Amino acid sequence: MKASFKKIIFISFCLAWSTYPFALESLGDTEGKKGDPVNTPEEINEYIQHHVKDSHDFHLFDYFSNGVKHEVGFPLPVILWGENGLTAFMSSEFHHDDSGEVVVERSGSRFVKNHGVIYELEAGADTVKFDEKHHPTNASKPFDWSITKSVFGILLIGFLMMLWFGGLAKQYKKKSVPTGFGRVLEPLVIYVRDEIAKPNIGPKYRQFTGYLMTVFFFIWILNLVGLSPFGFNVTGQLAVTAALAIITLIIYLFSSNKHFWSHQLWMPGVPYLIRPLLAIIELAGTLLIKPFALMVRLFANITAGHIVVMSLISIGILMQKDMTAFGSTTLSLVLAMFITVIEVLVAFLQAYIFTMLSALFIGMAVEEGEHH
Amino acid sequence: MEQLLENFSLDLFVKQTVLFVALIFLMVKFAWKPILNSLNDREEGIKDALDSAERAKLEMENLQADNERLLKEARVEREGMLKEARDLKNKMIEDAKEEAREEASKLISQAQSAIDSEKNAAIAELKAQVANLSIDIAEKVIKDELSNKDKQMKLVESMLGEATLN
Repeated sequence: MKASFKKIIFISFCLAWSTYPFALESLGDTEGKKGDPVNTPEEINEYIQHHVKDSHDFHLFDYFSNGVKHEVGFPLPVILWGENGLTAFMSSEFHHDDSGEVVVERSGSRFVKNHGVIYELEAGADTVKFDEKHHPTNASKPFDWSITKSVFGILLIGFLMMLWFGGLAKQYKKKSVPTGFGRVLEPLVIYVRDEIAKPNIGPKYRQFTGYLMTVFFFIWILNLVGLSPFGFNVTGQLAVTAALAIITLIIYLFSSNKHFWSHQLWMPGVPYLIRPLLAIIELAGTLLIKPFALMVRLFANITAGHIVVMSLISIGILMQKDMTAFGSTTLSLVLAMFITVIEVLVAFLQAYIFTMLSALFIGMAVEEGEHH
Repeated sequence: MEQLLENFSLDLFVKQTVLFVALIFLMVKFAWKPILNSLNDREEGIKDALDSAERAKLEMENLQADNERLLKEARVEREGMLKEARDLKNKMIEDAKEEAREEASKLISQAQSAIDSEKNAAIAELKAQVANLSIDIAEKVIKDELSNKDKQMKLVESMLGEATLN
């Protein structure tokens, strides 16, 4: 039962992968006006911008029949903490509206969705208005606990990780060498422990390995899932990478020892006049630059990857006039295929770099001064 | 920077933090701790097994060396024993020969002396026999001679006649 469930997941990934470019390209086969398929540079740009952002419903693809656009996807729960307390409804209530026109009334509050953000309208207003700084003038922003696409991805990957690695952990109770899928996971676990945790942290690696493993597999699997046409872009969300970077920051700040702080604040071996200056630089590095670099590196790499892949796919739509449909499709397929292969590498690389740097920063914080 | 801030969603940040911290604790409790413990145990088990195999090999080697030494000693001992036995045998044969020779010579000398004494006795007896026989013969001869008076007288006369010639 369990095995067949895993098989279904695997096959659906493979199938989804193989149909990736076509799902988007089918959008471009009719010439049209507004409301028609995405086929002008502006529309494509907007589509890509929209894709790399989080959203409240799970949109897979659109298709057209008789000139009517059908969106294929599924709604996700919207959970809001607003003026009148907790409210929950499905995102389908907004009817795919993202411009603040459809009002949803629930327990005395009225909500609209504008560019991926849900606002709670004040009494009398029926659409959200913004001042020049893009602050809403007639609405407030409730706290959004929704299971958005990204949260759905986080939950899904968390569940899969529990399933896979929990299963691996269970296998060890009966035998010392795992079988089946565990045999694939075990070398990865050993890799993270021996190549990332041990060399960078040193003898105290054991207590941090749990975090490093979680962060490595979380980022890696989400990066890979992001390459599938399900349209996840979790590790390309600044909020997600910021949370990861801040957790790393908190871990290395709380595990840092006296030796680390003495080097931070009063660097031995340099002239006394330079020491305060160095302390400022070191503090800025530890508290701001390191987590900021972690956050932006992952976000930028993954987002850029998504934008590049989608841009290359859109060649198939945009170059049709110059190169014929066949030529542009071939070109976009070939380029997108190569860049997707590179993205598979980047998916691993970014997970590795994030985990490795986290381990390195933790290692610097817990290092003992004896061998100096 | 503007773009970055616009992309940043505080809601998602809070959700990610809560979910991810929960995930870390769950994974540590249910996956990483048992996995790492088992891996450690297994690696230590393998290390121990290798160590004990190495020790066993050394022990084997020691044992083998001991065996070799014992074998060598045994061989030397056997050699010694064989040599001793051979010596003993030779000595025994030698002794037996010596004894036999002595016995023989003793027997021979005894026989010699017995023969000598027998011979002497025989000779003595023979002498006595001969003397007796001679005496008997002489007696008979003399008796016979003396029974014939004329003849005696003649003899005496011849002897006397010779004595006068001297």
